[in-house]
Amino acid sequence: MLTNNTGDKFIKVFFWLSGLIIVAILFIIIAYIIVKGISAISLDFIFEAPRRAGKEGGIWTTIVSTVYLTVVSLIIAVPVGVGSAIHLEEYAPRRSWFATLVNLTAETLAGIPSIVFGLFGFVFFVIFLQMGWSIISGSLTMALMILPTITRTAQEAILAVPAEYRENSLALGASKWQTISRVVLPSAVPGIITGIILAIGRAVGETAALILTAGSSLGMPEGLLDPARTMSVHLYILAMEGISMDRAFGTAFLIIVLIVVINYLANLSLRRMSYVNRQI
Amino acid sequence: MSQLKLKSENIKVFYKDFQALYDVNMDIEENRVTALIGPSGCGKSTFLRTINRLNELIEGTRTEGQIYLDEQPIYEKDRDVVELRKKVGMVFQKPSVFPMSIYENVAYGPRIHGIKDRKRLSEIVERSLKAANLWNEISDRLNSPAARLSGGQQQRLVIARVLAVEPEVILMDEPASALDPISTSRLEDLIVELKKKYTIVIVTHNMQQAARISDYTGFFLNGQLVEFSSTDELFVNPRDKRTEDYITGRFG
Repeated sequence: MLTNNTGDKFIKVFFWLSGLIIVAILFIIIAYIIVKGISAISLDFIFEAPRRAGKEGGIWTTIVSTVYLTVVSLIIAVPVGVGSAIHLEEYAPRRSWFATLVNLTAETLAGIPSIVFGLFGFVFFVIFLQMGWSIISGSLTMALMILPTITRTAQEAILAVPAEYRENSLALGASKWQTISRVVLPSAVPGIITGIILAIGRAVGETAALILTAGSSLGMPEGLLDPARTMSVHLYILAMEGISMDRAFGTAFLIIVLIVVINYLANLSLRRMSYVNRQI
Repeated sequence: MSQLKLKSENIKVFYKDFQALYDVNMDIEENRVTALIGPSGCGKSTFLRTINRLNELIEGTRTEGQIYLDEQPIYEKDRDVVELRKKVGMVFQKPSVFPMSIYENVAYGPRIHGIKDRKRLSEIVERSLKAANLWNEISDRLNSPAARLSGGQQQRLVIARVLAVEPEVILMDEPASALDPISTSRLEDLIVELKKKYTIVIVTHNMQQAARISDYTGFFLNGQLVEFSSTDELFVNPRDKRTEDYITGRFG
């Protein structure tokens, strides 16, 4: 009994330590970035355009580029992702060859490394379609990368909507599309938003694929065909080319802030939407 | 004898290779409550769902025979299912309110059928909730989430949602099975009241309930309609031995 007890205690301590390590890692990384980055942060650093390859000035254009590129990627990927999820869960017969194919494809896409997407985007969008290094090339490539995440999470969210809702709605004389658009999708919105948050995280953090497709120009992108440098790419170049470690940390700090802000806004809209959901 | 509302003619339902119903013939009268009883899996719910063609939602289901609503066949290629389901409403076993407000739950049906005018919608909502005996309890919180209502209130809300579409026939699939005794008795009172305006077909596990509220009763066994007659006759003088065995509790 004694040995059992000791074993039990040991295991307990091990699990507790594992939890502690997770917390510690996150805390240390964030603390380190704050400590190293905070000195670089100022209003000028946020709102001024970079000068001398980022050695001076701020990072404003990269913040704008990040948001621009992320938003365009979502505008492309969300309708397609949610649309294919609706097809798979609501229209495709179970185990049809097309549904199996789409599922398999989504899974495979999710496992492909981002640099491979980048290479494809470079060859296809940038060169073959002559879009050049641009917001649109980057966004299309990004859209391909986040599509599986959005499809998968939307599928799960739609699957989780109780079958009774559909039955009740159809029995009231609603058409299939009325049922999907007015009952199923509103109920699935929180799950779909979770997928979108994950996708945003991936888009904001991407570097390699974007260097290949959106370029690394520090100018302010004024249209879809302009090249752009996102914050993560900027951070990579600042650190890699030894331009300024302080500024790299400052950028890292702002990336974290941006992610927190985006998550907060997404949560807010999620709560708002489930509120609307209850009201309408 | 009141007017004939529904007539089923040799209804057979197949689920893939399995035959769930065998040649069901039944005449259902207007403004009457018709109860369908029988042990689990006897086909009574399947039959109920042939009346609004809801079995079609399940892949691999095939229906043969014909059902006439006001002498019009409902199993026709060009018959509009939406229009049929508008006339034939359905209340399910488990009260399933949509994740919306009380008001929006009731307004859902009229909205999908094209009513947009706010004033008219409000009138329909109020009338339907009153007809479902729910108005007095919730008239001051129409905009609160429907999910906060009790089970019995939710089932009456579901009925109000059906009434808002102005159906002629209401199908009920064991509507009281998830309710406590008090809610059940309120629901039964409501059903008796509703038959003044509507034709009601109700599936129930509970024979006392069938005896209390119905005018006609059909007894199903193994996919067959064994006996169909007035409720008094079926419970007092069953013609078939199997009916007698079932209502006296020898099986089921």
